[in-house]
Amino acid sequence: MRRFFVVLVTAVALAGCGVNEVPKLDEQVKAAWSQVQNQYQRRADLVPNLVETVKGYATQERETLTQVIEARAKATSVQLPADITQNPEAFKQFQQAQGQLTGALGRLMVVAEQYPNLKSDQAFLSLQSQLEGTENRIAVARKDYIDAVQRYNTQLRTIPGRWVAAVVYPDAKVKETFTAAESAQTAPAVKF
Amino acid sequence: MRPLALLFALFWAFTVQAAEISFPPLTGRVVDQAHVLSAGAVRSLDQKLADHEATTHQQVIVATVASLQGHDIAEYGYQLGRKWGIGEKDKNTGAILLVAPTEREVRIEVGYGLEGTLTDALSRAIIEQRIIPEFRAGRMEGGIIAGTDAILGTLRGEAPVQPVQRRGNHREDPGEIPPVALIVIFIVFLLLTRGGGRRGYLPGVMLGGPSIWRGGGDGGFSGGGGSFGGGGASGKW
Repeated sequence: MRRFFVVLVTAVALAGCGVNEVPKLDEQVKAAWSQVQNQYQRRADLVPNLVETVKGYATQERETLTQVIEARAKATSVQLPADITQNPEAFKQFQQAQGQLTGALGRLMVVAEQYPNLKSDQAFLSLQSQLEGTENRIAVARKDYIDAVQRYNTQLRTIPGRWVAAVVYPDAKVKETFTAAESAQTAPAVKF
Repeated sequence: MRPLALLFALFWAFTVQAAEISFPPLTGRVVDQAHVLSAGAVRSLDQKLADHEATTHQQVIVATVASLQGHDIAEYGYQLGRKWGIGEKDKNTGAILLVAPTEREVRIEVGYGLEGTLTDALSRAIIEQRIIPEFRAGRMEGGIIAGTDAILGTLRGEAPVQPVQRRGNHREDPGEIPPVALIVIFIVFLLLTRGGGRRGYLPGVMLGGPSIWRGGGDGGFSGGGGSFGGGGASGKW
């Protein structure tokens, strides 16, 4: 009877300090991360059409267009390891590659402003609104991911979660997160 | 129960909530915080939105706000949608026509589940073709009504606006969804049955999202618990 009581108290205490929190929060981070990847993929999928449309009007903007194509190729060729969310190197690489594409696309949209015919092309307008929408979705997905990682890391680093994790989930590692607003790192330089 | 965890969760929710934007309460399907609509317009809009929800289970909300409090309208919009929990839970079939007269900005915020029908390109077309011309002419009420009609029409599949005006244009719009997807969406709507009952106030953790307070209006209307991911379009006038 007494042993039963001890087991019961231990079980309640464990549940009370959140023995399930680590896997639960881990799953939320995973879901948020796949959403981030989805939205970046969606943007990458828009690029070829966008480049083709712009090419038709802005022939002398080869350099800007090439930069976009190269940045896209780089962003989509980065091999993502399965543990990317807790692999600082790979995470940084991913963030940089996507940041470069953000910058290149930003410059392309600035250039596009100088071509009235392009700006009145309905296909371009449609692509532009989709690109804006996608950038917006990326911002939301990034914020959700940052929030999810924050919850997860807080659980791992604070007491009592820290003790629980050390005993029950010794493999759980602190996860990587986005460092700054994407636009802040890759703001296109103004040239005269 | 886990009182300690619950206490922490509550504390966390309060601290986070305090640091974020303050939103107007969800008092009905039309929330006119900026006072740009007449009582008659509010009634007729509310009726249209209620009829639409009754037939499709999609929640469309019209909101005018006094201030965006320095935030980007896109950021304000999706957070408002999540806070109010517009749209059916798990299906996320909600949309908000958000008007900020002070900042002269307008946005159609589209929940995950409606992004296929009310696309970014169509949202933008509605804003540019139906709403902004009215707003520019000083007719706030007219723009909001025309925008709401166009949103509801688009959701019903009536195509009141076209993202690509065919003027001998050789390019097809590349981003549109295939007809199969429309049929699937239609079938999904047919299969939907709405979960009854009023939902509680405790924060629910959504997949991949932060904890959210379910909005609950006291007028017998509340959001279904849908979430938003930044779909839609914005415009200025």
